[in-house]
Amino acid sequence: MGMTIVQKILAKATGQASVKIGDVVEPRVDVAMSHENAALVINQFLEIYSGTGLEPNVWDPSKIAIIFDHRIPAESAKTATNHKKIREFVVAQGITKFHDIRGDEGGICHQILPENGYIRPGYVVVGTDSHTTTHGALGAFSFGIGATEMASVWTLGTVLNVEVPATIKVVVTGKLSGFVSPKDLILHLIGKISAQGANFKVIEFHGETIKNMSTSGRLVLSNMSVEAGATAGIVPPDEETVRYLREVAGVTDDIEMVLPDADANYERIVEIDASKLTPQIACPHTVDNVKPIEEVVGIKINQIVIGSCTNGRLDDLEIAANILRGKKVHQETRMLIFPASWKIYKDALSQGYIMDFISAGAVVMNPGCGCCLGVHQGALGDKEISLSTTNRNFKGRQGNPNADVYLCSPAVAAASAITGVITDPSKGVN
Amino acid sequence: MTSIVIAKFGDDISTDTIYPGRFMATVLPTETPQYAFMDETELNAKLNNKRVPPNSVIVANNNFGCGSSREQAASTLKGWELIIVARNFARIFLQNSINLGLRTIICPTIDANENDELEISETEIINKTSGKKFAIEPLPLARQAIIDAGGLIAYTKKKLLEKSGKN
Repeated sequence: MGMTIVQKILAKATGQASVKIGDVVEPRVDVAMSHENAALVINQFLEIYSGTGLEPNVWDPSKIAIIFDHRIPAESAKTATNHKKIREFVVAQGITKFHDIRGDEGGICHQILPENGYIRPGYVVVGTDSHTTTHGALGAFSFGIGATEMASVWTLGTVLNVEVPATIKVVVTGKLSGFVSPKDLILHLIGKISAQGANFKVIEFHGETIKNMSTSGRLVLSNMSVEAGATAGIVPPDEETVRYLREVAGVTDDIEMVLPDADANYERIVEIDASKLTPQIACPHTVDNVKPIEEVVGIKINQIVIGSCTNGRLDDLEIAANILRGKKVHQETRMLIFPASWKIYKDALSQGYIMDFISAGAVVMNPGCGCCLGVHQGALGDKEISLSTTNRNFKGRQGNPNADVYLCSPAVAAASAITGVITDPSKGVN
Repeated sequence: MTSIVIAKFGDDISTDTIYPGRFMATVLPTETPQYAFMDETELNAKLNNKRVPPNSVIVANNNFGCGSSREQAASTLKGWELIIVARNFARIFLQNSINLGLRTIICPTIDANENDELEISETEIINKTSGKKFAIEPLPLARQAIIDAGGLIAYTKKKLLEKSGKN
Protein backbone atom coordinates (compact mmCIF):
# COMPACT_ATOMS: atom_id res chain seq x y z
CA MET A 1 0.00 0.00 0.00
CA GLY A 2 1.35 3.41 -0.98
CA MET A 3 1.51 6.52 1.16
CA THR A 4 -0.40 9.79 1.14
CA ILE A 5 1.56 13.01 0.93
CA VAL A 6 1.43 13.58 4.69
CA GLN A 7 2.75 10.03 5.27
CA LYS A 8 5.58 10.71 2.80
CA ILE A 9 6.47 13.99 4.50
CA LEU A 10 6.35 12.53 8.01
CA ALA A 11 8.44 9.52 6.96
CA LYS A 12 11.09 11.88 5.60
CA ALA A 13 10.91 14.13 8.68
CA THR A 14 11.49 11.16 11.00
CA GLY A 15 14.13 9.42 8.91
CA GLN A 16 11.98 6.37 8.24
CA ALA A 17 11.20 4.52 5.01
CA SER A 18 7.50 4.64 5.78
CA VAL A 19 4.95 5.56 8.42
CA LYS A 20 1.44 4.19 8.93
CA ILE A 21 -1.71 6.12 9.69
CA GLY A 22 -2.07 6.29 13.46
CA ASP A 23 1.68 5.93 14.15
CA VAL A 24 2.95 8.33 16.78
CA VAL A 25 5.97 10.20 15.47
CA GLU A 26 8.24 13.11 16.42
CA PRO A 27 8.99 14.95 13.15
CA ARG A 28 11.73 17.56 12.87
CA VAL A 29 10.44 21.00 12.04
CA ASP A 30 11.59 23.07 9.05
CA VAL A 31 9.76 26.31 9.85
CA ALA A 32 8.23 27.40 13.18
CA MET A 33 6.11 30.52 12.75
CA SER A 34 4.56 32.85 15.31
CA HIS A 35 3.03 36.32 15.27
CA GLU A 36 2.29 38.53 18.28
CA ASN A 37 1.50 35.45 20.35
CA ALA A 38 5.26 34.85 20.39
CA ALA A 39 4.97 36.89 23.62
CA LEU A 40 3.23 33.91 25.22
CA VAL A 41 5.57 31.43 23.53
CA ILE A 42 8.54 33.24 25.09
CA ASN A 43 6.98 32.92 28.57
CA GLN A 44 6.42 29.18 28.12
CA PHE A 45 9.87 28.68 26.56
CA LEU A 46 11.56 30.28 29.57
CA GLU A 47 9.37 28.15 31.85
CA ILE A 48 10.64 24.98 30.16
CA TYR A 49 14.24 26.02 30.81
CA SER A 50 13.58 27.23 34.33
CA GLY A 51 15.32 25.08 36.93
CA THR A 52 17.28 23.08 34.35
CA GLY A 53 20.49 25.03 34.74
CA LEU A 54 20.64 25.29 30.93
CA GLU A 55 20.91 28.50 28.89
CA PRO A 56 17.52 29.13 27.18
CA ASN A 57 18.61 29.11 23.53
CA VAL A 58 16.22 28.17 20.70
CA TRP A 59 17.15 25.02 18.78
CA ASP A 60 17.75 26.83 15.48
CA PRO A 61 17.16 30.58 15.10
CA SER A 62 17.21 30.31 11.29
CA LYS A 63 14.11 28.12 11.33
CA ILE A 64 11.96 30.38 13.48
CA ALA A 65 9.81 33.00 11.75
CA ILE A 66 8.10 35.84 13.64
CA ILE A 67 5.79 38.23 11.84
CA PHE A 68 3.87 41.08 13.43
CA ASP A 69 0.42 41.19 11.86
CA HIS A 70 -2.45 40.80 14.31
CA ARG A 71 -2.49 44.25 15.92
CA ILE A 72 -0.34 46.61 13.88
CA PRO A 73 0.56 49.37 14.43
CA ALA A 74 -0.11 48.59 18.10
CA GLU A 75 -3.64 49.49 19.19
CA SER A 76 -2.75 49.57 22.90
CA ALA A 77 0.15 49.96 25.29
CA LYS A 78 -0.19 46.27 26.17
CA THR A 79 0.31 45.19 22.55
CA ALA A 80 3.19 47.64 22.06
CA THR A 81 4.87 46.18 25.14
CA ASN A 82 4.40 42.65 23.76
CA HIS A 83 5.95 43.81 20.45
CA LYS A 84 8.90 45.27 22.33
CA LYS A 85 9.45 42.10 24.35
CA ILE A 86 9.41 39.99 21.16
CA ARG A 87 11.86 42.32 19.35
CA GLU A 88 14.30 42.00 22.24
CA PHE A 89 14.01 38.20 22.14
CA VAL A 90 14.53 38.16 18.35
CA VAL A 91 17.77 40.12 18.73
CA ALA A 92 19.00 38.09 21.71
CA GLN A 93 18.37 34.75 19.94
CA GLY A 94 19.51 35.85 16.46
CA ILE A 95 16.19 35.02 14.78
CA THR A 96 16.51 36.05 11.14
CA LYS A 97 13.04 35.48 9.65
CA PHE A 98 11.60 38.44 11.54
CA HIS A 99 9.14 40.83 9.88
CA ASP A 100 8.48 43.94 11.94
CA ILE A 101 5.92 46.70 11.28
CA ARG A 102 7.59 47.92 8.10
CA GLY A 103 6.39 48.97 4.67
CA ASP A 104 9.33 47.32 2.90
CA GLU A 105 8.98 43.80 4.25
CA GLY A 106 5.91 43.49 6.46
CA GLY A 107 2.55 41.83 6.01
CA ILE A 108 0.34 38.98 7.13
CA CYS A 109 2.30 35.90 8.20
CA HIS A 110 0.53 33.56 5.78
CA GLN A 111 1.54 35.75 2.86
CA ILE A 112 5.03 36.60 4.14
CA LEU A 113 6.07 32.94 4.46
CA PRO A 114 5.29 31.86 0.86
CA GLU A 115 6.27 35.22 -0.68
CA ASN A 116 9.77 35.12 0.85
CA GLY A 117 10.53 31.53 -0.13
CA TYR A 118 10.41 30.26 3.46
CA ILE A 119 8.14 27.34 2.46
CA ARG A 120 9.15 24.36 0.30
CA PRO A 121 7.40 21.16 -0.79
CA GLY A 122 7.94 18.41 1.76
CA TYR A 123 8.58 20.75 4.70
CA VAL A 124 7.03 20.30 8.12
CA VAL A 125 5.74 23.73 9.10
CA VAL A 126 4.09 24.63 12.40
CA GLY A 127 2.58 27.97 13.36
CA THR A 128 0.82 29.40 16.38
CA ASP A 129 -2.10 30.30 14.16
CA SER A 130 -4.88 28.03 12.94
CA HIS A 131 -4.56 29.28 9.35
CA THR A 132 -1.04 27.87 9.17
CA THR A 133 -2.78 25.31 6.92
CA THR A 134 -2.23 27.95 4.18
CA HIS A 135 1.27 26.68 3.38
CA GLY A 136 -0.01 23.29 2.30
CA ALA A 137 -0.63 25.06 -1.02
CA LEU A 138 3.11 24.66 -1.70
CA GLY A 139 3.17 20.97 -0.81
CA ALA A 140 4.25 21.31 2.84
CA PHE A 141 2.64 19.60 5.84
CA SER A 142 1.72 22.79 7.66
CA PHE A 143 -0.50 22.95 10.73
CA GLY A 144 -1.53 25.16 13.63
CA ILE A 145 -0.39 24.57 17.21
CA GLY A 146 -0.74 26.38 20.53
CA ALA A 147 1.84 28.59 22.21
CA THR A 148 3.07 25.98 24.69
CA GLU A 149 3.54 23.45 21.90
CA MET A 150 5.54 26.07 20.01
CA ALA A 151 7.73 26.61 23.08
CA SER A 152 8.39 22.88 23.00
CA VAL A 153 9.33 23.12 19.28
CA TRP A 154 11.66 26.06 19.98
CA THR A 155 13.35 23.86 22.61
CA LEU A 156 13.64 20.52 20.81
CA GLY A 157 13.21 21.31 17.09
CA THR A 158 10.59 18.58 16.82
CA VAL A 159 6.87 18.25 17.43
CA LEU A 160 6.23 15.69 20.15
CA ASN A 161 3.68 12.92 19.81
CA VAL A 162 2.19 13.64 16.39
CA GLU A 163 -0.29 11.01 15.27
CA VAL A 164 0.00 10.36 11.52
CA PRO A 165 -3.40 11.58 10.25
CA ALA A 166 -5.73 9.92 7.77
CA THR A 167 -6.39 11.79 4.50
CA ILE A 168 -9.50 12.84 2.61
CA LYS A 169 -8.84 13.13 -1.13
CA VAL A 170 -10.77 15.96 -2.76
CA VAL A 171 -10.89 15.70 -6.55
CA VAL A 172 -12.03 18.81 -8.40
CA THR A 173 -12.83 18.77 -12.10
CA GLY A 174 -14.46 21.30 -14.41
CA LYS A 175 -13.62 24.93 -15.09
CA LEU A 176 -14.40 27.71 -12.64
CA SER A 177 -16.48 29.98 -14.83
CA GLY A 178 -16.99 33.74 -14.89
CA PHE A 179 -16.69 35.27 -11.45
CA VAL A 180 -16.56 31.91 -9.64
CA SER A 181 -13.25 31.65 -7.77
CA PRO A 182 -11.23 29.30 -5.54
CA LYS A 183 -12.98 30.95 -2.56
CA ASP A 184 -16.35 29.73 -3.84
CA LEU A 185 -14.89 26.26 -4.30
CA ILE A 186 -13.57 26.00 -0.74
CA LEU A 187 -16.77 27.47 0.76
CA HIS A 188 -18.73 24.87 -1.20
CA LEU A 189 -16.48 22.08 0.09
CA ILE A 190 -16.81 23.24 3.72
CA GLY A 191 -20.59 23.42 3.34
CA LYS A 192 -20.60 19.94 1.85
CA ILE A 193 -18.45 18.13 4.46
CA SER A 194 -19.26 20.47 7.44
CA ALA A 195 -17.14 22.43 9.91
CA GLN A 196 -16.00 19.20 11.54
CA GLY A 197 -15.98 17.01 8.42
CA ALA A 198 -12.19 16.80 8.32
CA ASN A 199 -11.39 17.00 12.06
CA PHE A 200 -8.00 15.42 12.82
CA LYS A 201 -7.55 14.64 9.10
CA VAL A 202 -5.60 16.02 6.17
CA ILE A 203 -7.25 17.15 2.93
CA GLU A 204 -5.31 16.44 -0.29
CA PHE A 205 -6.43 18.45 -3.30
CA HIS A 206 -6.38 16.77 -6.72
CA GLY A 207 -7.95 17.09 -10.17
CA GLU A 208 -7.63 19.18 -13.32
CA THR A 209 -9.16 22.29 -11.70
CA ILE A 210 -6.40 22.30 -9.07
CA LYS A 211 -3.71 21.57 -11.71
CA ASN A 212 -4.85 24.65 -13.64
CA MET A 213 -5.10 26.87 -10.56
CA SER A 214 -2.48 29.46 -9.66
CA THR A 215 -0.63 29.24 -6.36
CA SER A 216 -2.58 32.30 -5.25
CA GLY A 217 -5.82 30.32 -5.62
CA ARG A 218 -4.37 27.19 -4.03
CA LEU A 219 -3.38 29.28 -0.99
CA VAL A 220 -7.10 30.10 -0.54
CA LEU A 221 -8.03 26.39 -0.54
CA SER A 222 -5.34 25.39 1.94
CA ASN A 223 -5.99 28.46 4.10
CA MET A 224 -9.64 27.59 4.66
CA SER A 225 -9.18 23.80 4.96
CA VAL A 226 -9.03 24.38 8.72
CA GLU A 227 -12.63 25.64 8.57
CA ALA A 228 -13.64 22.04 7.79
CA GLY A 229 -11.57 21.02 10.82
CA ALA A 230 -8.64 19.73 8.77
CA THR A 231 -5.20 19.49 10.38
CA ALA A 232 -3.77 20.48 7.00
CA GLY A 233 -4.88 21.06 3.41
CA ILE A 234 -2.18 20.01 0.96
CA VAL A 235 -1.82 20.50 -2.79
CA PRO A 236 0.75 18.04 -4.20
CA PRO A 237 3.53 20.17 -5.72
CA ASP A 238 3.79 20.51 -9.53
CA GLU A 239 5.21 22.81 -12.24
CA GLU A 240 3.07 25.69 -10.94
CA THR A 241 4.56 25.25 -7.46
CA VAL A 242 8.06 25.45 -8.92
CA ARG A 243 7.09 28.46 -11.05
CA TYR A 244 5.80 30.30 -7.97
CA LEU A 245 8.84 29.45 -5.88
CA ARG A 246 11.28 30.55 -8.63
CA GLU A 247 9.45 33.57 -10.09
CA VAL A 248 7.61 35.03 -7.12
CA ALA A 249 9.46 33.77 -4.06
CA GLY A 250 12.94 34.02 -5.61
CA VAL A 251 14.03 30.52 -4.60
CA THR A 252 17.25 29.51 -6.36
CA ASP A 253 18.32 26.32 -4.56
CA ASP A 254 17.07 22.78 -5.29
CA ILE A 255 13.38 22.03 -4.83
CA GLU A 256 12.60 18.49 -3.76
CA MET A 257 9.17 17.29 -4.88
CA VAL A 258 7.49 15.07 -2.29
CA LEU A 259 4.41 13.46 -3.87
CA PRO A 260 1.72 11.02 -2.74
CA ASP A 261 1.88 7.49 -4.13
CA ALA A 262 -0.65 6.58 -6.83
CA ASP A 263 -1.93 3.71 -4.68
CA ALA A 264 -2.13 5.72 -1.44
CA ASN A 265 -4.88 4.81 1.00
CA TYR A 266 -7.50 7.56 1.39
CA GLU A 267 -10.17 7.44 4.05
CA ARG A 268 -12.68 9.09 1.77
CA ILE A 269 -12.83 10.61 -1.70
CA VAL A 270 -14.93 13.73 -2.31
CA GLU A 271 -15.59 14.74 -5.92
CA ILE A 272 -16.62 18.23 -6.98
CA ASP A 273 -17.61 19.50 -10.43
CA ALA A 274 -16.46 23.11 -10.29
CA SER A 275 -18.23 24.03 -13.52
CA LYS A 276 -21.57 23.74 -11.73
CA LEU A 277 -20.74 26.26 -8.99
CA THR A 278 -22.16 29.76 -8.63
CA PRO A 279 -20.70 32.23 -6.10
CA GLN A 280 -21.04 30.80 -2.58
CA ILE A 281 -21.79 32.69 0.64
CA ALA A 282 -21.11 31.46 4.21
CA CYS A 283 -23.93 32.84 6.35
CA PRO A 284 -23.81 33.63 10.08
CA HIS A 285 -22.53 32.20 12.43
CA THR A 286 -20.68 29.14 11.12
CA VAL A 287 -18.43 28.77 8.08
CA ASP A 288 -20.30 25.64 6.96
CA ASN A 289 -23.62 27.51 6.74
CA VAL A 290 -22.96 27.93 3.00
CA LYS A 291 -25.60 28.94 0.47
CA PRO A 292 -25.39 29.64 -3.26
CA ILE A 293 -25.63 33.40 -3.82
CA GLU A 294 -29.09 33.08 -5.41
CA GLU A 295 -30.51 32.41 -1.94
CA VAL A 296 -29.08 35.51 -0.26
CA VAL A 297 -28.98 38.26 -2.89
CA GLY A 298 -30.45 41.56 -1.73
CA ILE A 299 -29.37 41.43 1.93
CA LYS A 300 -28.35 44.96 2.96
CA ILE A 301 -24.67 45.31 3.90
CA ASN A 302 -23.16 47.94 6.23
CA GLN A 303 -19.49 47.04 5.81
CA ILE A 304 -17.58 45.33 3.02
CA VAL A 305 -14.13 43.92 3.75
CA ILE A 306 -11.64 42.74 1.14
CA GLY A 307 -8.33 41.34 2.34
CA SER A 308 -6.76 39.01 4.93
CA CYS A 309 -4.62 35.89 4.61
CA THR A 310 -7.49 34.36 2.64
CA ASN A 311 -8.21 36.90 -0.10
CA GLY A 312 -5.81 39.83 0.07
CA ARG A 313 -3.53 38.83 -2.82
CA LEU A 314 -2.87 40.75 -6.01
CA ASP A 315 -5.34 38.76 -8.14
CA ASP A 316 -8.03 39.36 -5.51
CA LEU A 317 -7.37 43.09 -5.58
CA GLU A 318 -7.25 43.06 -9.39
CA ILE A 319 -10.70 41.53 -9.74
CA ALA A 320 -12.13 43.96 -7.18
CA ALA A 321 -10.50 46.95 -8.88
CA ASN A 322 -11.84 45.87 -12.27
CA ILE A 323 -15.37 45.86 -10.84
CA LEU A 324 -15.03 49.09 -8.84
CA ARG A 325 -13.12 51.19 -11.38
CA GLY A 326 -15.03 54.37 -12.17
CA LYS A 327 -17.88 53.41 -9.82
CA LYS A 328 -18.79 54.42 -6.27
CA VAL A 329 -19.19 52.48 -3.04
CA HIS A 330 -22.88 52.77 -2.06
CA GLN A 331 -23.59 55.73 0.24
CA GLU A 332 -25.00 53.53 3.00
CA THR A 333 -22.08 51.06 2.86
CA ARG A 334 -18.47 51.47 3.90
CA MET A 335 -15.65 49.49 2.33
CA LEU A 336 -12.32 48.47 3.87
CA ILE A 337 -9.45 46.93 1.93
CA PHE A 338 -6.35 45.45 3.48
CA PRO A 339 -3.80 43.79 1.20
CA ALA A 340 -2.08 40.66 2.55
CA SER A 341 1.40 42.16 2.43
CA TRP A 342 3.20 45.39 1.67
CA LYS A 343 4.66 43.75 -1.44
CA ILE A 344 1.12 43.21 -2.69
CA TYR A 345 0.19 46.73 -1.61
CA LYS A 346 3.06 48.14 -3.68
CA ASP A 347 2.18 46.00 -6.71
CA ALA A 348 -1.46 47.13 -6.42
CA LEU A 349 -0.23 50.70 -6.20
CA SER A 350 1.80 50.42 -9.40
CA GLN A 351 -1.11 48.69 -11.17
CA GLY A 352 -3.40 51.58 -10.20
CA TYR A 353 -5.75 49.41 -8.11
CA ILE A 354 -5.24 51.41 -4.94
CA MET A 355 -6.30 54.63 -6.70
CA ASP A 356 -9.34 52.78 -8.12
CA PHE A 357 -10.35 51.81 -4.59
CA ILE A 358 -9.82 55.23 -3.06
CA SER A 359 -11.63 57.00 -5.91
CA ALA A 360 -14.58 54.64 -5.43
CA GLY A 361 -14.74 55.59 -1.76
CA ALA A 362 -13.06 52.55 -0.19
CA VAL A 363 -10.57 52.92 2.65
CA VAL A 364 -7.27 51.14 2.04
CA MET A 365 -5.72 49.98 5.30
CA ASN A 366 -2.26 48.71 6.10
CA PRO A 367 -1.73 44.94 5.67
CA GLY A 368 -2.73 43.11 8.85
CA CYS A 369 -5.23 40.77 10.48
CA GLY A 370 -6.92 43.08 12.97
CA CYS A 371 -10.26 43.64 11.25
CA CYS A 372 -10.84 39.93 10.46
CA LEU A 373 -10.74 38.86 14.07
CA GLY A 374 -12.13 42.01 15.62
CA VAL A 375 -9.04 43.12 17.51
CA HIS A 376 -8.00 46.24 15.64
CA GLN A 377 -10.05 48.56 13.39
CA GLY A 378 -13.18 47.87 11.39
CA ALA A 379 -15.41 46.77 14.29
CA LEU A 380 -19.14 46.43 13.58
CA GLY A 381 -21.99 48.23 15.32
CA ASP A 382 -24.92 46.45 16.95
CA LYS A 383 -27.13 44.71 14.37
CA GLU A 384 -24.78 45.68 11.55
CA ILE A 385 -23.95 43.27 8.75
CA SER A 386 -20.51 42.72 7.23
CA LEU A 387 -19.78 41.02 3.91
CA SER A 388 -16.19 39.91 4.00
CA THR A 389 -13.60 37.97 2.00
CA THR A 390 -12.01 36.77 5.26
CA ASN A 391 -12.25 33.24 6.65
CA ARG A 392 -14.49 33.22 9.72
CA ASN A 393 -18.00 34.40 10.54
CA PHE A 394 -18.25 33.17 14.13
CA LYS A 395 -20.41 35.14 16.51
CA GLY A 396 -18.38 38.12 17.70
CA ARG A 397 -15.72 37.58 15.07
CA GLN A 398 -15.49 41.14 13.75
CA GLY A 399 -15.58 42.67 17.22
CA ASN A 400 -19.30 42.55 18.03
CA PRO A 401 -21.40 39.55 19.16
CA ASN A 402 -24.53 41.47 18.12
CA ALA A 403 -23.49 41.74 14.46
CA ASP A 404 -23.54 39.35 11.50
CA VAL A 405 -20.67 38.39 9.16
CA TYR A 406 -21.18 36.82 5.73
CA LEU A 407 -18.17 35.40 3.85
CA CYS A 408 -17.69 35.64 0.10
CA SER A 409 -15.23 36.03 -2.79
CA PRO A 410 -13.55 39.33 -3.76
CA ALA A 411 -15.79 39.65 -6.85
CA VAL A 412 -18.99 39.35 -4.81
CA ALA A 413 -17.63 41.80 -2.22
CA ALA A 414 -16.75 44.39 -4.88
CA ALA A 415 -20.07 44.09 -6.73
CA SER A 416 -21.98 44.30 -3.45
CA ALA A 417 -20.03 47.40 -2.39
CA ILE A 418 -21.52 49.27 -5.33
CA THR A 419 -25.13 48.22 -4.73
CA GLY A 420 -25.01 48.10 -0.92
CA VAL A 421 -26.69 44.68 -0.96
CA ILE A 422 -25.41 41.14 -1.61
CA THR A 423 -25.01 41.07 -5.38
CA ASP A 424 -24.01 38.43 -7.92
CA PRO A 425 -21.21 40.04 -9.95
CA SER A 426 -22.24 38.14 -13.08
CA LYS A 427 -25.57 39.94 -13.08
CA GLY A 428 -23.94 43.37 -13.61
CA VAL A 429 -23.91 46.27 -11.21
CA ASN A 430 -25.02 49.30 -13.20
CA MET B 1 -16.51 12.73 42.15
CA THR B 2 -19.79 14.59 41.67
CA SER B 3 -19.81 17.68 39.47
CA ILE B 4 -22.51 20.16 38.52
CA VAL B 5 -23.17 21.15 34.89
CA ILE B 6 -22.92 24.94 34.81
CA ALA B 7 -23.57 25.37 31.09
CA LYS B 8 -24.78 23.33 28.14
CA PHE B 9 -23.77 24.16 24.55
CA GLY B 10 -24.60 22.77 21.11
CA ASP B 11 -22.23 22.18 18.17
CA ASP B 12 -19.28 24.27 16.91
CA ILE B 13 -18.54 26.44 19.95
CA SER B 14 -15.64 28.50 18.63
CA THR B 15 -12.65 29.92 20.45
CA ASP B 16 -14.14 33.35 19.67
CA THR B 17 -17.02 32.40 21.99
CA ILE B 18 -14.73 30.91 24.65
CA TYR B 19 -12.21 33.75 24.56
CA PRO B 20 -13.06 36.67 22.22
CA GLY B 21 -10.24 37.89 19.98
CA ARG B 22 -10.32 41.39 21.42
CA PHE B 23 -8.71 40.08 24.64
CA MET B 24 -5.88 38.27 22.89
CA ALA B 25 -3.24 40.79 23.94
CA THR B 26 -3.76 39.36 27.43
CA VAL B 27 -1.63 36.25 27.71
CA LEU B 28 -0.90 35.53 31.36
CA PRO B 29 -2.90 32.53 32.66
CA THR B 30 -3.50 34.54 35.85
CA GLU B 31 -5.26 37.25 33.85
CA THR B 32 -7.15 35.34 31.15
CA PRO B 33 -9.90 33.67 33.28
CA GLN B 34 -11.89 36.89 33.78
CA TYR B 35 -12.61 37.01 30.02
CA ALA B 36 -13.95 33.44 29.71
CA PHE B 37 -17.16 33.45 27.64
CA MET B 38 -17.15 37.26 27.79
CA ASP B 39 -20.02 37.56 25.30
CA GLU B 40 -22.07 34.84 27.02
CA THR B 41 -22.78 37.40 29.73
CA GLU B 42 -24.72 35.15 32.10
CA LEU B 43 -22.03 32.45 32.16
CA ASN B 44 -19.24 35.00 32.45
CA ALA B 45 -20.99 36.65 35.41
CA LYS B 46 -21.50 33.28 37.08
CA LEU B 47 -17.74 32.59 36.82
CA ASN B 48 -16.59 36.04 37.86
CA ASN B 49 -18.99 36.15 40.82
CA LYS B 50 -17.24 33.01 42.06
CA ARG B 51 -20.43 31.00 42.08
CA VAL B 52 -18.75 28.07 40.34
CA PRO B 53 -16.85 25.51 42.43
CA PRO B 54 -13.76 23.78 40.96
CA ASN B 55 -14.47 20.71 38.79
CA SER B 56 -17.76 22.13 37.57
CA VAL B 57 -18.63 20.94 34.09
CA ILE B 58 -19.37 22.54 30.73
CA VAL B 59 -21.18 20.14 28.42
CA ALA B 60 -21.16 20.52 24.63
CA ASN B 61 -22.05 18.56 21.54
CA ASN B 62 -19.64 18.31 18.57
CA ASN B 63 -16.53 20.26 17.59
CA PHE B 64 -16.05 22.22 20.82
CA GLY B 65 -13.18 24.74 20.52
CA CYS B 66 -13.17 25.08 16.75
CA GLY B 67 -11.38 28.03 15.16
CA SER B 68 -8.32 29.84 16.37
CA SER B 69 -5.20 28.29 17.91
CA ARG B 70 -5.29 30.86 20.75
CA GLU B 71 -4.15 29.07 23.88
CA GLN B 72 -6.08 31.53 26.04
CA ALA B 73 -9.22 29.51 25.21
CA ALA B 74 -7.76 26.63 27.20
CA SER B 75 -5.97 28.67 29.89
CA THR B 76 -9.10 30.69 30.67
CA LEU B 77 -11.09 27.49 31.40
CA LYS B 78 -8.15 25.89 33.21
CA GLY B 79 -8.05 29.00 35.40
CA TRP B 80 -11.57 28.27 36.63
CA GLU B 81 -10.64 24.58 37.09
CA LEU B 82 -13.51 23.52 34.84
CA ILE B 83 -14.03 20.13 33.21
CA ILE B 84 -15.16 20.14 29.58
CA VAL B 85 -17.26 17.19 28.45
CA ALA B 86 -18.02 17.14 24.73
CA ARG B 87 -19.08 14.64 22.08
CA ASN B 88 -15.85 15.61 20.31
CA PHE B 89 -13.34 18.45 20.18
CA ALA B 90 -11.55 20.48 17.54
CA ARG B 91 -7.92 19.36 17.24
CA ILE B 92 -5.90 22.42 18.30
CA PHE B 93 -8.16 23.18 21.28
CA LEU B 94 -7.95 19.57 22.50
CA GLN B 95 -4.16 19.55 22.17
CA ASN B 96 -3.85 22.91 23.96
CA SER B 97 -6.04 21.61 26.79
CA ILE B 98 -3.91 18.51 27.19
CA ASN B 99 -0.73 20.58 27.06
CA LEU B 100 -1.99 22.93 29.80
CA GLY B 101 -3.74 20.33 31.93
CA LEU B 102 -7.34 21.44 31.31
CA ARG B 103 -9.47 18.34 31.82
CA THR B 104 -11.26 17.51 28.56
CA ILE B 105 -13.44 14.42 28.31
CA ILE B 106 -14.59 12.93 25.02
CA CYS B 107 -18.00 11.40 25.60
CA PRO B 108 -19.61 10.70 22.20
CA THR B 109 -23.17 10.24 23.50
CA ILE B 110 -23.25 12.68 26.43
CA ASP B 111 -26.67 14.05 27.23
CA ALA B 112 -26.94 16.48 30.15
CA ASN B 113 -28.53 19.80 30.95
CA GLU B 114 -27.57 22.78 33.05
CA ASN B 115 -27.69 22.00 36.80
CA ASP B 116 -27.55 18.22 36.24
CA GLU B 117 -25.25 16.32 38.62
CA LEU B 118 -22.63 14.15 36.96
CA GLU B 119 -20.60 11.36 38.52
CA ILE B 120 -17.38 11.16 36.47
CA SER B 121 -15.09 8.12 36.65
CA GLU B 122 -12.19 7.05 34.42
CA THR B 123 -14.43 5.17 32.02
CA GLU B 124 -17.93 6.55 32.25
CA ILE B 125 -20.15 9.44 33.24
CA ILE B 126 -23.32 8.84 35.20
CA ASN B 127 -25.89 11.61 34.94
CA LYS B 128 -27.37 11.33 38.43
CA THR B 129 -30.20 13.67 37.48
CA SER B 130 -31.41 11.62 34.51
CA GLY B 131 -30.08 8.27 35.70
CA LYS B 132 -28.35 7.60 32.36
CA LYS B 133 -24.78 6.32 31.81
CA PHE B 134 -22.38 7.40 29.05
CA ALA B 135 -19.06 5.80 28.06
CA ILE B 136 -15.90 7.93 27.93
CA GLU B 137 -13.62 7.56 24.91
CA PRO B 138 -10.04 7.13 26.16
CA LEU B 139 -7.45 9.61 24.90
CA PRO B 140 -4.83 8.24 22.50
CA LEU B 141 -1.76 7.01 24.40
CA ALA B 142 0.44 9.69 22.86
CA ARG B 143 -1.73 12.37 24.46
CA GLN B 144 -2.08 10.52 27.74
CA ALA B 145 1.72 10.54 28.06
CA ILE B 146 1.69 14.35 28.18
CA ILE B 147 -1.03 14.37 30.83
CA ASP B 148 0.85 11.79 32.88
CA ALA B 149 3.98 13.96 32.78
CA GLY B 150 1.99 16.88 34.23
CA GLY B 151 1.57 18.83 30.99
CA LEU B 152 3.72 19.73 28.01
CA ILE B 153 6.08 22.06 29.88
CA ALA B 154 7.09 19.25 32.26
CA TYR B 155 7.17 16.71 29.41
CA THR B 156 9.44 18.92 27.28
CA LYS B 157 11.62 19.76 30.26
CA LYS B 158 12.20 16.02 30.78
CA LYS B 159 13.05 15.51 27.09
CA LEU B 160 15.40 18.52 27.16
CA LEU B 161 17.28 17.17 30.16
CA GLU B 162 17.56 13.73 28.52
CA LYS B 163 18.86 15.33 25.33
CA SER B 164 21.45 17.43 27.14
CA GLY B 165 22.63 14.39 29.09
CA LYS B 166 21.68 15.96 32.40
CA ASN B 167 19.26 13.25 33.37
